Amino acid sequence: MKNYLNVALPKGRLGEKVYYMFEKAGFPCPAIKENNRKLIFENPEVEVRYFWVKPSDVAIYVERGAADVGVAGKDILLEYSPDVYELLDLKIGKCDMAVAAKADFKDDRSRTLNVATKFTNIAKSYYAAQGRDIDIIHLNGSIEIAPILGLSDVIVDIVETGTTLKENNLIVVEKFQPISARLIANKANFKFKSEQIEKIRRSLFEQTENI
Amino acid sequence: MDKFDLVLSSDEKAVYALRSIYKNYGYEQYRMSKFEEYDLYAKNKDFLVSESVITFTDTDGKLMALKPDVTLSIIKNNKDVKDDVKKVYYNEHVYRVSKGTRSFKEIMQVGLECLGKVDEYLITEVLLLAKKSLGVISNQNVLDVSHLGIVKGVLNYLGISKKGCDKIFECLKEKNREGVVLVCASEGLDQEKINIAEKLVTVYGAPEKVIPELEKLNLSEEIGSAIDSLKRVIGALKTFGVNENINIDFSVVSDLNYYNGFIFKGFVSGIPTAVLSGGEYDNLMVKMGRKDKAIGFAVYLDGLDKLSAPSNELDVDVAIEYNDASLNEVCALVNKLVAGGEKVIAKSKLPATVTYKKLITLKKGE
Repeated sequence: MKNYLNVALPKGRLGEKVYYMFEKAGFPCPAIKENNRKLIFENPEVEVRYFWVKPSDVAIYVERGAADVGVAGKDILLEYSPDVYELLDLKIGKCDMAVAAKADFKDDRSRTLNVATKFTNIAKSYYAAQGRDIDIIHLNGSIEIAPILGLSDVIVDIVETGTTLKENNLIVVEKFQPISARLIANKANFKFKSEQIEKIRRSLFEQTENI
Repeated sequence: MDKFDLVLSSDEKAVYALRSIYKNYGYEQYRMSKFEEYDLYAKNKDFLVSESVITFTDTDGKLMALKPDVTLSIIKNNKDVKDDVKKVYYNEHVYRVSKGTRSFKEIMQVGLECLGKVDEYLITEVLLLAKKSLGVISNQNVLDVSHLGIVKGVLNYLGISKKGCDKIFECLKEKNREGVVLVCASEGLDQEKINIAEKLVTVYGAPEKVIPELEKLNLSEEIGSAIDSLKRVIGALKTFGVNENINIDFSVVSDLNYYNGFIFKGFVSGIPTAVLSGGEYDNLMVKMGRKDKAIGFAVYLDGLDKLSAPSNELDVDVAIEYNDASLNEVCALVNKLVAGGEKVIAKSKLPATVTYKKLITLKKGE
């Protein structure tokens, strides 16, 4: 019986980049390059199965064992604390978790700070470490408009180049957590496929050394 | 095949098999009440797998809880036995919050505890029984063993702050090498010490491969004596015929306030989380005012259904739709079929969801 290594890749440009790193590591799957809408691809020769999933779902697939390994952003790992191994920083998909606000924002510590974010847990622990009283407004997208419309004082979000913030007249108040893509593995499956996973980890490590 | 094999669920079968193994090694069954005073858990919250506890007020006004854990009750309800050792096993329901649904779940837990004079023989025996317990669940299993004496010894050698130690603990759990390096660098450690910390994360595998690597570290007496103990116990396990699929893995870590010495986790192929967890918990005994040493483990049976595909068997062999047929006629037919070894269901009108090999429709006078 084939002992496939199941890999959850994040849909999108980052996932494509990651696939090429896996290919270089000795786990190619030519079918994945075909232009179609399939989500699962296998290469029986090297016993690997790739599947595309929503980036924020990669950690769930890995934690629940549907995928043996996957690539997820550090932001997702910090937000959801999945019970997985974090084997390697791939040093790609780099950005920062940051606090941003309108250019004239001044933190008045005598009042509760309203924070709009997709990353509720990250925002909570960041402000808890400062003993700052906050109210969280959980949003699922277009976070940048929250301070402009007076919905919140600040936002906590991912900042890559800062262009979106600038275009919405916001500034970065503080970058507090560097983010990048991480190779993660299911804790139980790691025990039974450690050779394959270690082979990938080693090769990806060598590749990241050159980034 | 035993006639009960067809009736019992996989977790029920596992419970019977595990109980029989533990009995063979001189463990007595320990029964306890479903409830405990909440105070017991409030004082030892960090020891619990999940912090939330179902509470209610008893008729005398005491705040009670449905047991989220068994070990604390066993410690509380037993006295020190000094030079002797009390060996017990249990199978009990515990009530914990499930991570997926974030609601309480009743979980069947089987486990054993040794309290008293715990020596290396008993540690070996408990590890052996942990390995055998995994074997009951699946032939494809791995027992990961760690020794907190080594982890603590390395952290002491590194000389880092309490906050740094906590962070390293988190990184160890994740096998997060880069995380460990970052913590060490922020603590101002030199490269030699960073390499040692990294070693703790990366070293993994069969004892014959890992132990020589650990011995090379040669950092302190504390670590040396923990490695020696690890060597002796792993060697003794071989005498019991257990020398495969036991790995040394320092990603198995537990709260130092409760645990010490040997700790371990068991995994089986097909279940995505650990199905067995245990270790020495002398520090918890001290916290609870006890002088005895202790070691034990729990087997979590709630994930066992993941090992088998959903059943697509038919509900019954024969379905009888008896409509307005006479009572005696229906009884006689059911009796005859069951006596002949058939699985039968009889209803006046059969729902469309029932699946069967054969359908018998009875009508009055036919």
